[in-house]
Amino acid sequence: MTELLVGTKKGLFRLEGDASSGFEVTARAFAGQSVEYAMRDARTGRYLASVTSWFYGPRIWITDDPTGEWEQAKGTVLPGDDEVDPAAEFSGDPADAYKGALERLWVIVPGEEDGVLYAGGDPGPLFESRDSGLTWSLNRGLWDHPTRPDWHPGAGGLCLHTIVTWPGDPSKLLVAISAVGVWLTDDGGASWRHSNEGIVLRYLPEEARAATAEKPQHCVHNVRRAPERPERLFMQFHDGIYRSDDAGATWVDVGTDKGLPSDFGFPIAVDPADPDSAYVIPLIGAEDRTTPGGTVQVWETRDAGDSWRPRGDGLPERDAYLTILREAFDTKGQGEALELYFGSTSGEVFGSQDAGASWAQVGDHLPPIYSVRTA
Amino acid sequence: MAQVMLRAPLSELCGGRLHAIAGATVGEVLVALEREHPPISGWVLDERGRIREHVNVFVNGIHGEERTPVAPDDRVHVLPAITGG
Repeated sequence: MTELLVGTKKGLFRLEGDASSGFEVTARAFAGQSVEYAMRDARTGRYLASVTSWFYGPRIWITDDPTGEWEQAKGTVLPGDDEVDPAAEFSGDPADAYKGALERLWVIVPGEEDGVLYAGGDPGPLFESRDSGLTWSLNRGLWDHPTRPDWHPGAGGLCLHTIVTWPGDPSKLLVAISAVGVWLTDDGGASWRHSNEGIVLRYLPEEARAATAEKPQHCVHNVRRAPERPERLFMQFHDGIYRSDDAGATWVDVGTDKGLPSDFGFPIAVDPADPDSAYVIPLIGAEDRTTPGGTVQVWETRDAGDSWRPRGDGLPERDAYLTILREAFDTKGQGEALELYFGSTSGEVFGSQDAGASWAQVGDHLPPIYSVRTA
Repeated sequence: MAQVMLRAPLSELCGGRLHAIAGATVGEVLVALEREHPPISGWVLDERGRIREHVNVFVNGIHGEERTPVAPDDRVHVLPAITGG
């Protein structure tokens, strides 16, 4: 039995089932509200959901039973210190930077210490909880970073969307922000450095790229770590796929001229048992952002990006123009029993229970899907 | 005190539709409302103290902003805007 938490434009849906019996909706919460992300913390069994009311703003809710009552978490607020006119020339003092109000919370990730969780959102905040999600506080090291006045949002906002821990070491953390790039800390979030060396910004004129070494404009879409070899990371970039073998210090292109129909996409996944593995879902981008040629395919590498192959048996082969967003792709298990699930903005959920060899549609007619997480 | 009238879900979180709240402006009334009812802290006003974009406030039936004066016994309606998707 697999449990899927599906965050949608119109609430949270829990799907449960397996390949033989199929999946069905067994719970719904936050009807009519955007659920950007929902996950179950395996350490506590607690469910956490980031929910944005169109009217009343974003917040995190928690529960031990997704069919019951949810409790509001506290502390996911920004300092409210942006009284400076955003159109005015920046004074140079980070305290004067335009920081805005919290717009969305896009991701929630368990930390490496008991009770620790991280959440990221728009406009670029990183929140930390040390009590399993009940209360949260803003990471000031990143929020007050002196480069923040130069941060510019991507099409989806200035969203901190990727949080990657280092297995067993809570002092190390990688986060990614669109369209700012990768940030690393080795001291538990007290200090941060950007780390985008090797990434080619093809969407900028060549003569403008040098300046991004100091003022990053890197539109990272997603990053995943190989847990068996934690210095290895795979990145889906705005227009490229990259790998790092040095914990994010440098990045190498593993997507160009490899037969992929496109190197644009949002999510990326890995098989935890195989540090040479990664899965992407190419979209024609950035002008279209749908599955190429109306064919839905998940592409896999098992040699660290030297080669890629489509893994699409059972997925729509024609007239299917789907968009799969950043957090709408997740895995469960590993090796030959690896399960993969992804959802589309047109409300379908697809799943594989044999590491991508075969696929079936496990959900349909849902609202536009923002996130899919296995529980 | 101003008579603040709420609709769901705010009324459910505050334990009722009608609340007597002190304040000389809409902003002061809303700050006091959220302070007296912690479950809606941050629901009407954002971190900057501004009325959220898709929340409408009316004083005696006239659209109000943060600085709009509020007199004792004025009726202050807080309701979601007719927007959304």
